[in-house]
Amino acid sequence: MAQMKFMCDAERCIECNGCVTACKNANEVEWGVQRRRVVTLDDGEPTEVSISVACMHCDDAPCMAVCPTDCFYKTDDGIVLHDKDLCIGCGYCLYACPFGAPQFPKQNAFGERGKMDKCTFCAGGPAETKEEEYQKYGANRIAEGKLPLCAEMCSTKALLAGDAQEVADIFRQRVVQRGHKDGGWSGNPQAEADSLAYDATQQG
Amino acid sequence: MRLTRKSDTPRASGLGISRRQFLQRSGATTGGLAAVGFMGAPMMQRAEADEKTPVLDAPVETKRTVCSHCSVGCGVYAEVQEGIWTKQEPAFDHPFNRGAHCAKGASLRQHGHSTKRLKYPMKLVGGEWQRMNWDDAIEEIGGKVMELSEQHGPDSIYWLGSAKFSNEGSYLMRKFAALAGTNNTDHQARICHSTTVAGVSNTWGYGAMTNSLNDLQNAKSILFIGSNPAEAHPVAMQHILLAKEKNNCNIVVADPRFTRTAAKADKYVRFRPGSDVALIWGLLWHIFENGWEDQEYIDQRVYAMDEVRDEVAKYTPDVVESITGVSEADVYDTARRLAENRPGCVVWCMGGTQHTTGNNNTRAYCILELALGNVGKSGGGANIFRGHDNVQGATDLGLMSHSLPGYYGLAEGAWKHWARVWDLDYEWLESRFDQTEYADGKPMFSSGITVSRWVDGVLEEEEAISQRTQLKAMFYWGHAVNSQTRGVEMQKAMQQLEMMVIVDPYPTVAGVMHGRTDGVYLLPACSQFETSGSVTATNRSLQWRDKVIDPLFESKPDHEIMYLLARKMGFADELCKNIEVNGTEPLIEDITREFNAGMWTVGYTGQSPERLKTHQQNWHTFDFHTTQAKGGPADGDYYGMPWPCWGTAEMGHPGTPILYDTSKRVSEGGLTFRARYGIERNGENILADGSYSLDSEIEDGYPEFTADMLKDLGWWDDLTDEEKAEADGKNWKTDLSGGIQRVAIAHECSPFGNAKARCNVWTFPDPIPKHREPLYTSRRDLVADYPTWDDVTSHYRLPTLYKSIQEKDVTGKYPTILTSGRMVEYEGGGEETRSMSWLAELQQEMFVEINPALANDLGIAEGDDVWVEGAEGGRVRVKAMVTNRVGREVVFMPFHFGGMFQGESLHDRYPEGSAPYVLGEAANTATTYGYDSVTQMQETKCTLCRIEKAS
Repeated sequence: MAQMKFMCDAERCIECNGCVTACKNANEVEWGVQRRRVVTLDDGEPTEVSISVACMHCDDAPCMAVCPTDCFYKTDDGIVLHDKDLCIGCGYCLYACPFGAPQFPKQNAFGERGKMDKCTFCAGGPAETKEEEYQKYGANRIAEGKLPLCAEMCSTKALLAGDAQEVADIFRQRVVQRGHKDGGWSGNPQAEADSLAYDATQQG
Repeated sequence: MRLTRKSDTPRASGLGISRRQFLQRSGATTGGLAAVGFMGAPMMQRAEADEKTPVLDAPVETKRTVCSHCSVGCGVYAEVQEGIWTKQEPAFDHPFNRGAHCAKGASLRQHGHSTKRLKYPMKLVGGEWQRMNWDDAIEEIGGKVMELSEQHGPDSIYWLGSAKFSNEGSYLMRKFAALAGTNNTDHQARICHSTTVAGVSNTWGYGAMTNSLNDLQNAKSILFIGSNPAEAHPVAMQHILLAKEKNNCNIVVADPRFTRTAAKADKYVRFRPGSDVALIWGLLWHIFENGWEDQEYIDQRVYAMDEVRDEVAKYTPDVVESITGVSEADVYDTARRLAENRPGCVVWCMGGTQHTTGNNNTRAYCILELALGNVGKSGGGANIFRGHDNVQGATDLGLMSHSLPGYYGLAEGAWKHWARVWDLDYEWLESRFDQTEYADGKPMFSSGITVSRWVDGVLEEEEAISQRTQLKAMFYWGHAVNSQTRGVEMQKAMQQLEMMVIVDPYPTVAGVMHGRTDGVYLLPACSQFETSGSVTATNRSLQWRDKVIDPLFESKPDHEIMYLLARKMGFADELCKNIEVNGTEPLIEDITREFNAGMWTVGYTGQSPERLKTHQQNWHTFDFHTTQAKGGPADGDYYGMPWPCWGTAEMGHPGTPILYDTSKRVSEGGLTFRARYGIERNGENILADGSYSLDSEIEDGYPEFTADMLKDLGWWDDLTDEEKAEADGKNWKTDLSGGIQRVAIAHECSPFGNAKARCNVWTFPDPIPKHREPLYTSRRDLVADYPTWDDVTSHYRLPTLYKSIQEKDVTGKYPTILTSGRMVEYEGGGEETRSMSWLAELQQEMFVEINPALANDLGIAEGDDVWVEGAEGGRVRVKAMVTNRVGREVVFMPFHFGGMFQGESLHDRYPEGSAPYVLGEAANTATTYGYDSVTQMQETKCTLCRIEKAS
C-alpha cells in the first residue's frame, strides 16, 4: 500500500501561494480557514526561505493520540482523516499538532470553535453521499486517481505529493543534480551537506 | 485567406443558462456558509456569504483555456458541467507551465463564480447607480459620442483599450478607433513596456522578448534587473530554477529591493532607483577593461559599439558607485559572472521601463547583451517578460496611439496598406478624421494622446494641445486607472469630463474615484473565459482559448460591445466588412483571418485560427525544453508559432522560437538582425558583415526585400503569376499575397533583411544611452552633471516637462525615494483579483515597506498607520511594514490596491454588492509627474515622498 506524504522543496518554493489557492479551488474551504499555508522564515533577509505547510499525515499522528472523541482515522494510503460528526471542536488536536494543521471556523472560547478542519490530502472524508462529502470535507481526488491539487499546481514543482518512496526519489534526484555544497538547502549559509532536515533554530 | 462577408442572420435568442439561473432552476444551491458569523484569525476580515460549487453528476466537458493573469500563458483544463465551471485541472501536458500555477492561476475557476461582477449596464444619476438595459445604454452612450464628435471633433473622445482583450478584441478596437476618426486610443503597454518596444526594436528590429521562458533553461547566467518573476511571473521561475539546478546557471538580481527572486539568486545587487544606465555602463566598463567582450560578434553584427566604449569610459568604478551606490567589487563580480557564464541573458520588467529615461535603460540592457555576444543564441537574449496576459498581442495589433496594427505607424502608406486589407476606401477613411493641421500635424497622421497622459489631455489648456479641444469623454475599456500615476490630478480630470464610460467585468476604481454625481456609465464586459479567441504570450507564441462558460449575468464580450457601438455610430458595416456577424457578435475567427491578412511586418500571418486550434488540441506533442512539436499534426512547429511566423498559413512556417538566431535556417525559425534603418550611416555600412543565417543564399548583409530586389536577384520568376500581379511595386510588408516573403524564405533569407544591431539610435534624444537623474531626485549633487532634458512643447500632442520639474529642489520636504511594484496575489490595479475571495483572503492590507533604520528615525513601528505623501502632495494612509527588503533611502508600495482615496473609503460608491473584498489606498495617488522622452511612459519607480505616523 502507498504511504502518502507531502514534501516541500524549500530550494524551489517561491512563496507564490499557488498551493494555498489551489486548495481553496479544490475544497472551497471557507474564508478564514486555510488548510495549507506558506511559511516564510527571515522574510526580506538574505537567508529568506519559504516552505508550504499543511497536515503532514504523520505516521504516528499526535492529533489521533489526543482526540477525546477518537474522531481521527487513517486510510490504507496513510492519509489522516477525521469525522466531523464526531468532532466536538475542543481543540486538543491543535495543541498536539507540531504543524498547526487543525483549524477551526470560529475563535471563541469554550467549545465554540466549530468543527475542526484540516487538509485531507484531497481524500474527502466519511459521508453518505458525494454532496455531503464535498460539503464537509471538500474534494476526493484520491478516489479519482488524482493527487492533491496543491501539489499538482505548484508553480515550481516545489511541493511534492504522493507515495513517500516516490517523493523521496524525486527529491534525492534533485539534491544530486544540484550538487551544491549545501545540498538541498543552499539558501541557508549555515546549513551543511549532512544536515538535510531544515532547522529553523539555526537561522541567523 | 478566407474572408466572409457579414451575415444578417439574427442571433438565436437566449444567452444560454448562467450559473445563477441554473441554480435557481435546479434548486441545486448548497448550504455553504449559511451563517457567516465567524471571525477568522485577528487579521482576517469578515467575508460575505458564498455558495459552494454544486456537486453534479452531469457529463463533464473539458475546455482548454489560458490563464488571464500574466504573460507566461499557462494552460488550463476547465471542466464544465451544465454550463457551470465545476473543476479546474492542471494541464500537465502544456509546454509552458506543465500544470503549474501561481496563486492567481490556481484560483482561476473563481472567475466563473464571481459575485462581485458588474452585472448589468448602469448609469450614475444624482449620485445613485441606476440599472439600464443594453439597448438604452448603447443608444445614450453612442448618442453622446456622436454629439461630442460633431461638436468638438472625433479627437475629443478617448478610446482606452486593454491588454486583457484577446488579439481579436485588440485588433478590432484599433480598427474601431480608426473608423471613428481618431488616434486617441491606447492600452496598458504604454505604461508597462512601451520603452522596451521602442528601445529594443530600434536596436535590432523587433521590440519583444527574444527567446522563450523554456529557453531560459539553457542559460548559463541570467541578470534580472527591475524584474521580480517570483511574484510577477511565478511560473517562469520553474524554468529559471531548472536552469539553476540543471545548468548551474548563475542568477544575479539587481534591484533596489531584495525581492523573492533575489532570495533565490546567487548574487543580489542593491542599487539606487533610476540609476540603471550607470549600473550597466559600470558592468560594461569592467567588460571592456578586461577584454570580455565578444569582438568577432561585434564586428559582424553590431554597429557603433565604439561610441558606446567612449561613453562607458566616463563611468569609472568610483563614478558608478557614486551614482548607483554599488561598490566596485560588486560591479566587477557581477560583470565577471556574466562574462564567464555564457550564453547568458538579461531579464527586465517594469523596474527598468517605468522611468523618464526608460528608453535609455532598455537600450543599455540590449547593448550589454550585444557586447557579450549573447543575442540570437539559445540561452541568451533580452528576455523581456511582458505583464498582462495579452499585452504582447495588444501591442502587436496596434492598440496604441502611434501606430496601426503591426507597427506600420501612422504615415499615409500605413493607412493605405490597412485600407486595402479592410477593403475600405482610403478617402473615406481620411474623411473620418479632423482635417485641421495642428503643431504635430494632421490628426490622422499624428500620434494620439497616450494612456499615461489622458489626464493632461483633459486638464491642459486648449491652445497647448495639438488637437482641436481637450478630451471630453473617456472610455475605460478594461483599464485600472489606479495603475496610473498622479491620482489626485486624475480625479480632477475625471470631474471635468462630460462623460465617463467604464467597460469592464468589474466597476473598477474609475467607477468610484471620480467624485461625480452624473455622467458615468458602467457596461459589463465578460472575461476571456466567457468568449474565445487568441492570446499572445510573452515569448510571442499565440494560443487559442476555448469559451469556458457563457457570459455571466448580462455581460457581453468586448468585440460584441464594439459592434453595438459601431452600429449606433453608423460604421458597423465598414468595421465588419470582411467579418461574419452572428446577431450582434462578430465571428472571432474572421477577425483572426483579417489580421492574418495584413500583419506582414511581424509575421502574424501564418497563425490561422485552424493552425492555432491544432496547436491548442495537441499541447502534449510540444517539447518542454524546445517547445517544438515532435510528431503529431503540428510536427516541427514551435508551440503557438511564435512570431514572426512568416508568409501565409499554407506556407507552414513553424514560427521563430529565438529571434535573430543565425544557427537555424529562416524556414525553420532562424533569423538575422532586421535591416530597418537603411543600409549605411555617415558612409559606414550598417548591414551585417559576414554574418548570415544558416544556408542563406546571400552570404552577407542585405537590405529588406522588395519586388525590385527580387528582380535584381533573379528570383522574380519564383513567384506565381498571381503573386507577381500583387507583389509588383510592393515590399515584404505590403505585398498581400505573401509571395515576396515566400520567395525570400525559399532562398533562406530573412524577408526583413540582414543588418547590424545598432547601439546608436540617432533618432532618439540620447542616441547613445546616458544616465540622467530622475525628475524627482534625492541626489541634487548629481543634477548638474546628469541633468534631465529640456521641456518639450509638444510630444504626443501634449507639452511634456522635464527640466522645469527637476529644477525644483523638494528634498527638504520629501527626502525619501518612493518606488512601487507587484505582489503575487493580485494583478494590475487589482480590482478583479481583489474581488476573488481566495486571493483577497491572502492580502488584506495595503502597506508600505520601510527599512528598520528609517522606521526608527521616524518613530514608526511595524503595523503602525502611516501617511505617505508624494512630492506633488498626494497622500495615502497605509500600514507600515518594517523590513530590510528595502534600503534605508527607499520605501516601497504595491500598486494593486484601490477603493480608498487619501484616507477616505470609496466602498459605498460601488454599485451594491460589487465592491471588492479588499480595498486599500492606491500607491499611485502619491506618485508624480514624469514621462519618457520617446514613448511617454510614466515614471512610477522613482519619485520622492515623506512618511509620517498617522494619528
